[in-house]
Amino acid sequence: MFEICIPFVKCIPSQALFAQLLLGLINGAFYAILSLGLAVIFGMLNVINFAHGAQYMMGAFIAWMLLKWAGINFWLALIVAPVIVGMIAVLIEKIFLKRLYDYDHLYGLLVTFGLALIIEGLFRKQFGSSGQPYDNPLPGGTNLGFMFLPTYRAFAVVASLVVCIATWLVIEKTKLGSYLRAATENQTLVRAFGIDVPRMMTLTYAFGAALAGFAGVLAAPIQNVNPLMGSYLIVVVFAVVVIGGMGSIMGSIVTGFALGLIEGLTKVFYPQASNAVIFIIMAIVLLARPAGLFGQTK
Amino acid sequence: MRYRATFFAVASALALAAAAPAIAQGVSVKIGVLNDRSGVYADISGVGSEWAAKKAVEDFGAAAKGIKVEILAADHLNKPDVGANIARQWIDVDKVDAIVDVPTSSVALAVNALVREKNKVHLNSGAATSDLTGKACSPNTVHWTYDTWALANGTGNAIVKEGGKTWFFLTADYAFGHALERDTSAVVEKSGGKVVGKVRVPFPGTDFSSFLLQAQASGAKVIGLANAGGDTINSIKQAGEFGITQAGQTLAGLLIFITDVHALGLKSAQGLVFTSPWYWDQDENSRAFSKAYFNDLKRMPGYTVAGVYSSVIHYLKAIEALKDASDGAKVVAKMKELPTEDKLMGKGTIRVDGRHIHDMFLYEVKKPDESKYAWDYYKLRSKIPAAEAWRPLDQGGCELAKK
Repeated sequence: MFEICIPFVKCIPSQALFAQLLLGLINGAFYAILSLGLAVIFGMLNVINFAHGAQYMMGAFIAWMLLKWAGINFWLALIVAPVIVGMIAVLIEKIFLKRLYDYDHLYGLLVTFGLALIIEGLFRKQFGSSGQPYDNPLPGGTNLGFMFLPTYRAFAVVASLVVCIATWLVIEKTKLGSYLRAATENQTLVRAFGIDVPRMMTLTYAFGAALAGFAGVLAAPIQNVNPLMGSYLIVVVFAVVVIGGMGSIMGSIVTGFALGLIEGLTKVFYPQASNAVIFIIMAIVLLARPAGLFGQTK
Repeated sequence: MRYRATFFAVASALALAAAAPAIAQGVSVKIGVLNDRSGVYADISGVGSEWAAKKAVEDFGAAAKGIKVEILAADHLNKPDVGANIARQWIDVDKVDAIVDVPTSSVALAVNALVREKNKVHLNSGAATSDLTGKACSPNTVHWTYDTWALANGTGNAIVKEGGKTWFFLTADYAFGHALERDTSAVVEKSGGKVVGKVRVPFPGTDFSSFLLQAQASGAKVIGLANAGGDTINSIKQAGEFGITQAGQTLAGLLIFITDVHALGLKSAQGLVFTSPWYWDQDENSRAFSKAYFNDLKRMPGYTVAGVYSSVIHYLKAIEALKDASDGAKVVAKMKELPTEDKLMGKGTIRVDGRHIHDMFLYEVKKPDESKYAWDYYKLRSKIPAAEAWRPLDQGGCELAKK
């Protein structure tokens, strides 16, 4: 066993480092899936969806409600809960966002921020602030030699990777995806070809929100399900999106995983800074490449 | 018949009118319940504490004793500046005589200084920091329910005695976490244990797995959780997930509320040992109180709520004796003179430094199959007698204790 050192900070055994890198990757999976949803919504609708954290929280809470009131297990909830979050998002889009497409980004941001506060407030009023229990559907794990890997965490990484790659494929490689990309570039022209752009926008928003809901269900067994769980995470995820480049699909996925890793390393070498490290990177990236690592300046 | 009814109505109205001056001659007090009504501590304080304060006024029979009590409530958002501003307005404009509950140590310390300056009364139930009766002690403050020293002492001692000699701390990186870590380290070392390491975790956090693995790698027998609320819940949940407890390391929850156990579920929380001043199911009186609370608020009360009840009862006793609420220091002096007793927290005394001295209890979270009904979560391990539960008077550095 050898040791890895950062001069003047500390040395840690390589095994511990591997363990921390793996944990970073797991957290990165959540960042990736959440920032992907944000990027999809921003790319298509030009809306900075501040309700994303609330939608993530709703995903977790709906999974809990399904289990408690309808006896629906985790695996089914993984499909049903995102669908419900998506349906609520359709309403939000039709009632609020649709009216704001012609205005500045700021209006969409303010509306979704307000909605997030209202949704969180309602959940807090109804269910209290200390949270609800949700059992781990895949207890146990494997001893990898350098760490104990819980089966559920391994599943979460794989599930999130699959969803991320599938989304990327749909957008980049299918006909539907090409309509989407074309509509982002020039709506009027795409409409002229007889494609129902407004409906596509509604569905895109619903899909982005459903991704957040999916991440919420994935988080329920490992985190406390409480009304504020989304607001803790959303700030970090926004930083991820900014670093990756607003609207860049692949950028948001890669940056999500990469920042999870960097954060994981910080937790070993200098834990006190682990909350701040992502923002430090964001500041540097914005100075050097204002459009983000994968973004394009228009 | 109708005439007779009218006659009685008139007669009783006259009787009331005659009685009114007697009430007017009595005392009127305003009590402000200042706490977190919307954030992380809303479930252990919030509207629950307001409910408890009103219940105390009712159970004390204040009206019949000629004391007119008005209860105000506000949300301090866990921010010291917001808390201090509300307290200032309450005292200056609304003429509030006593401020109760005040969870979140930083807010409590801010309110503490203000109440002293204005010579009113601060009955703290919700905050943890033992500095309230240490270097920040005040002749206007009583720290009622618990503090970091008592929690550390109860839990730390018990675990070291059972063989948990080596400790690793997972500490929330702010004043409260540091205080809890400091107080617990002292207890562990005094009773023959050793602190082998610690990690300071940014607050609030959601993923603790990386810190838990560091704790695991340290080889310590006990992982001390010097954090609270959502941080504690997530640490415990994730320690179970990563097989840390199954592999033989013990978790020591240094600040555990019943709402945390509820949020964790017994499957994750079972076996957790911790110190608590009160439990809703500890005796007949507490059960009756808690059931009424549950009917209104749909959750069981934690010990901070019981502390608000108990402190308001004792405050009213002092007011009844003095017949005057205007001089805060005088009221607190009277409270220290009278022994405390109420149906929830039993008998006790208030020490010169403002520390309410009462028994503490060491509880263990039940296994899922031991729990017979909803919220049946704790079993009693042992009682920590009042004489051993609290920091000795001469160790806090309180100026009032030196006189």
